[in-house]
Amino acid sequence: MKRRGGQYLILQILSPAAAFLLALGVGAVIILALKENPVHIYTVMFRGGLGSVDGFGYALFSATPLILTGLAVAFAFRAGLFNIGGEGQLYIGAFLCAWAGFTLAGLPPLLLIPLCMLAAALGGALWGLVPGLLKARFGVHEVINTIMLNFVAMLATNFLVNRMFKEPDQMIPQTREIATTAWIPRLAPLARRLGIGLPDSNPLNYALLLSLIVAAAAYLILFRTRLGYEIRAVGQSPGAARYGGIRVGLILVLSMAISGSMAGLVGVNEVMGYRHRFLDGFSTGLGFTGIAVALLGRNHPLGVVLAAVLFGILNTGALEVDIFTDIPRELVMVLQAVIIICVVAGDMVFRRWAGRRMK
Amino acid sequence: MIIWNLIAAAIRLATPLSLAALGGVFSERSGVVNIALEGMLLNGAFAAVVATHYSGNPWVGVLAALLVGVATALIHALVTVTFKADHIVSGVAVNLLALGATQFLCWVVYGNSGNSERVIGLEPWRIPLVDRIPVLGPILSGHSPLVYIALGVIILAHFLLFKTVFGLRLRSVGEHPLAADTMGVRVILMRYAGVLISGALAGLGGAFLSLNTHYFVKNMSAGRGFIALAAMIFGKWTPFGAAGACLLFGFLEALQMSLQGGGIPTQFIQMIPYLATMLVLVSAVGRATPPASVGRPYLKGSE
Repeated sequence: MKRRGGQYLILQILSPAAAFLLALGVGAVIILALKENPVHIYTVMFRGGLGSVDGFGYALFSATPLILTGLAVAFAFRAGLFNIGGEGQLYIGAFLCAWAGFTLAGLPPLLLIPLCMLAAALGGALWGLVPGLLKARFGVHEVINTIMLNFVAMLATNFLVNRMFKEPDQMIPQTREIATTAWIPRLAPLARRLGIGLPDSNPLNYALLLSLIVAAAAYLILFRTRLGYEIRAVGQSPGAARYGGIRVGLILVLSMAISGSMAGLVGVNEVMGYRHRFLDGFSTGLGFTGIAVALLGRNHPLGVVLAAVLFGILNTGALEVDIFTDIPRELVMVLQAVIIICVVAGDMVFRRWAGRRMK
Repeated sequence: MIIWNLIAAAIRLATPLSLAALGGVFSERSGVVNIALEGMLLNGAFAAVVATHYSGNPWVGVLAALLVGVATALIHALVTVTFKADHIVSGVAVNLLALGATQFLCWVVYGNSGNSERVIGLEPWRIPLVDRIPVLGPILSGHSPLVYIALGVIILAHFLLFKTVFGLRLRSVGEHPLAADTMGVRVILMRYAGVLISGALAGLGGAFLSLNTHYFVKNMSAGRGFIALAAMIFGKWTPFGAAGACLLFGFLEALQMSLQGGGIPTQFIQMIPYLATMLVLVSAVGRATPPASVGRPYLKGSE
């Protein structure tokens, strides 16, 4: 039994690692086709995210929302649900967070900050609840519903920002600033006190801590509580779960709500920790990248965190490559998609190979 | 007067949807869930513009879109049929790849990842006698050739799927692959055929999208691939049913466009197609059953 577990663990790490390397290989081919030097490009790319403290700080800042959206997708996956709606859930959550931030401005920070976080989580939970309910009650597949709600959320927040809550006298489509009592401070001062030379301009903030706490909570819920057990049971076999007395419909709805709430918390990083307002269309596909992060992280909270940091490094590197070379940042989008394909295809190959080895 | 314009617009807007939905029908009838229609549409749209740009002939663009659609479908087929990975995950991955690749290549070709330069489109076809008919004339005649091709493809698809041996084999593979296999039908080949056909059709749909507007804009498929899937479900996985549902969606989209500028904010009007899709899906529950073995990888000797 133990040996089997060990072999599986190696596979859990090998498969994504191999996929990542394969994706880098594909990227190298693309770079060569553009008559550039892959070694040089990759050096610039990794230098961006890993070469300096400031760079790594940016990478972690970039990873923070990805941890959350990755967790959202991974959590839903565990229940057998495909939550492609992270994008919509994070927009609704972030907007509600901002709304709370400038509407409840009179409150002291000790109240306001948790309230704003709660608003973000509730917004996301609500947006995840709808497809969950439709699935539980009507059996409608959540993939299309979550994607449709993404569009609805983008349109709804676009309306809310531009027609109702816009910053006065401004052309930029963003809301008013939230109260300063709702701001989440940056990590730079704390880092410097610990001897890490993070400059004040670095946007890395305490939301990173929040996302790590959420990851820990996800782990605890999934693997140490009865709810988590029931969620995973439903994910493995809804029929068997129902036979065992688990209320499958309720579990589906709860899973989608929890999943959505994690995506909604992206608002904490974006609105409370960075821009201090809601900017229309601020997400650069965070919900979709979350899918890649969840897959690469094997739908396990620890894996998700590691994968998110990796993607954060890639994103920071993409900007660096974009500035210092002739390759555009969109290359990273291609790399990320190739990673998913390689993970998904490779996973099956590995599993069957391992299955044969163990017979 | 207005309603006739709406119907003409509905036909125009329904065309890319129905081509994609047809593609979905072929793929799912053979047993492969195809979430990647969105990516195939997008890739087709981009390929059509680039090929037209370099060749000066929009029909070359159409052909390129078809081929690129097939190539995209090949990835999905490889991952789902040969590697037996999860169909939905593969579809999502292909969509992300299409999104990134089209933006990346748009930058490479045009120096700007948001949109391409203007290209010439296809000349509309006027049907000589029909366009004299007072009311129906403008509705039936004067559309882009791809509209008429799409119509032909719908009829051809119905014939192919339900009246030929190929269609029977395709459907059997989606319902009960083991039984089909014992009868000598090559399950893997049929599934590949289903997916590749869907790629070709979706690619064609993409060509219509971009050539009709004369531009490629990033992410211009805007969820149509998913709406096409809903139409396919609503249409009970048949060509005519799916096309009919797409006409409904096209009408909704035309309605949405004509309502803009009225009292209601545009964003809410733009939501109509997406909310309608969700409604359609709920209403189709219990009434429409998918092919029995759709989404399940076929492992020889495992059952």
